[in-house]
Amino acid sequence: MSRTRTERLVNLVICLLSTRRFLTAAQIAATVPGYEHDPEDPRDHEAFQRKFERDKAELRELGVPLEIGTASVFDNEPGYRIAHREYALPDILLEPDEAAAVGIAARLWQHAGLAAAASSGLAKLRAAGVEVDPQATLGVEPVVTVDPAFGPLTGAARDRRAVTFSYRVPEVDEPSVRRLEPWGVVCWQGRWYVVGHDRDRRATRCFRLSRIVGNVRAVGRTGAFSPPAGVDLISHVARWSDPIAHHGRATVTARPGRAAGLRRWAVATAPGPDGDVLTIPFSDPERLASTLVGYGADVRVDGPPELREAVIQQLKEVVARHERVVAGAAP
Amino acid sequence: MTPQQRSSPARPSADRLGRLLNLVPYLLARPGIPVAGAAADLGVTERQLREDLELLWVCGLPGYGPGDLIDMAFDGDRVTITYDAGIDRPLRLTPDEALALVVALRMLAETPGTGNRDVIERALAKIESAAGDLADAPVAVRLPADNERLDAIRAAVERGNALRLTYYTAARDETTDRVVDPIRVLLVGGRNYLEAWCRRAEATRLFRVDRIDAFTELDEPAAAPPQAVLHDVRDGVFHPGPDLPLVTLRVGRSSRWITEYYPVEGVRRDGDEWVVTMRVTDLGWAQRLLVGLGPDVTVVGPAELVERIRVQATTALNQYATPPQAVPAPGR
Repeated sequence: MSRTRTERLVNLVICLLSTRRFLTAAQIAATVPGYEHDPEDPRDHEAFQRKFERDKAELRELGVPLEIGTASVFDNEPGYRIAHREYALPDILLEPDEAAAVGIAARLWQHAGLAAAASSGLAKLRAAGVEVDPQATLGVEPVVTVDPAFGPLTGAARDRRAVTFSYRVPEVDEPSVRRLEPWGVVCWQGRWYVVGHDRDRRATRCFRLSRIVGNVRAVGRTGAFSPPAGVDLISHVARWSDPIAHHGRATVTARPGRAAGLRRWAVATAPGPDGDVLTIPFSDPERLASTLVGYGADVRVDGPPELREAVIQQLKEVVARHERVVAGAAP
Repeated sequence: MTPQQRSSPARPSADRLGRLLNLVPYLLARPGIPVAGAAADLGVTERQLREDLELLWVCGLPGYGPGDLIDMAFDGDRVTITYDAGIDRPLRLTPDEALALVVALRMLAETPGTGNRDVIERALAKIESAAGDLADAPVAVRLPADNERLDAIRAAVERGNALRLTYYTAARDETTDRVVDPIRVLLVGGRNYLEAWCRRAEATRLFRVDRIDAFTELDEPAAAPPQAVLHDVRDGVFHPGPDLPLVTLRVGRSSRWITEYYPVEGVRRDGDEWVVTMRVTDLGWAQRLLVGLGPDVTVVGPAELVERIRVQATTALNQYATPPQAVPAPGR
């Protein structure tokens, strides 16, 4: 933006903040430096109108609340003003430790797309007189990254607009197009999800943001739906990851000094004839069997029988599949 | 040792208007502030700040006479706004700014081990009140539950002492002791890490907190050497280099999820199977991980790893040639 344009826009803001009456474009042109033109000359007037439209768009982009109205019932030409109450950041009094926390929070996004928004937000707080200690730290620094779909989905959830996007699940070959009324976005255990009403499935669904392919497109009008009152977004994501109860107890012999990772899961360890006898809690025998097979000959299952059988079966398959690879055939 | 701040305004030209509208209330709140100090605080050069002030000086209320223009007094290197022409307050937060601050504070409040959660909650409440309607950000945050080990480690890091760690290294499947000089505690992708100078490796290392099996605080201050370089964790913690062995696997449909959990180099479709390549730090680790994923994953390269898996599985199978004595053999 050129210096003259910046100057004109600052003057426009000051002018519209200072007026109680709505000022028409013509009145603004006659007042604010930089809009001088000959209203009788169609080309000159049109150039002014384009310039004024661009300037208004610029102010709106910046978040300046431009009010439109007419000065009196006898006017039909629209006028403009800025209400100080709408323009100004409300008073905010932060204690030094609170201000430090906001400063740290604003830095979290330095690795992601919202960094610029956080730092310009922080700059406004400073302009409101808040002193932020840039050196302050907390005990733990969270590193916050977001998927590209984060911005469009939070925007759509805020505007209550439906969205459509392509969604790829690894088990399915082709992405499918989904239509969703997004209620909100959830960060759960370091991953991002969107929760909402799936218009095709006609049910509540969660989608992982990292599985969204390409752009999220907002469709239809704003305010098109209302999330259920008091909806607990996190519960919709968390219900899929309840902690698993490990009721089973496996007896596994580990060779001396080996299988350190497995030993960390043992609830009891005792010396045995061929090594250490570990007691390992488990829920799904097939899953534990896979883990044990990964340790190769460093471990041997002594019980229970179904686990032993699962390990033997999986070992046979591993041998067979990898023998085929060695033989040069497709596994 | 703070990582470089990355501030890259997307629209530098439009940013100037926002900066100017912000500058007047900023200076108004700090009468007599040194220009150099203000510039440093605002993240602009002193020259840029002086140019901004010159521009503001010719702006003001309609009439644009001496009493209408923004005015300021200079006292040596210090500046005081003496007339603000009505821009006495910063502009309201935009929806994006409110979202960025509110969500980041919610994230901080949820982060286990951040010293004073109470302070963060209070700050959040005040920001929400200043943001008005925009504070109702449609974003909820839940991070891993707090745990005592993390709290203890964070407290030890804050006291600034060196630590002796008992640490499980998954790559080598071994648990070893080492002395480290802690630098910071991080939360990346839902996992906590202690970043520290490892005196044994003579390098900075990221230690997963859930793999620190025990630790003791030493009676000497942590002293990471000046050459300690912090990890760049913006894109996660594991950045395999091209010198690491490349492993190729065939992955069945139900195990395709591994491509979302581990950094993979390439995925090629071959019928119903995916041919996946990934770099691994250690072939032993690769064996435990990949075979441990179950019967849906077959390693096809390198030959050394395939052979190792085959031999190990054959040897393991031989252990079961005789039925166990403790429990009855299952019927075949």
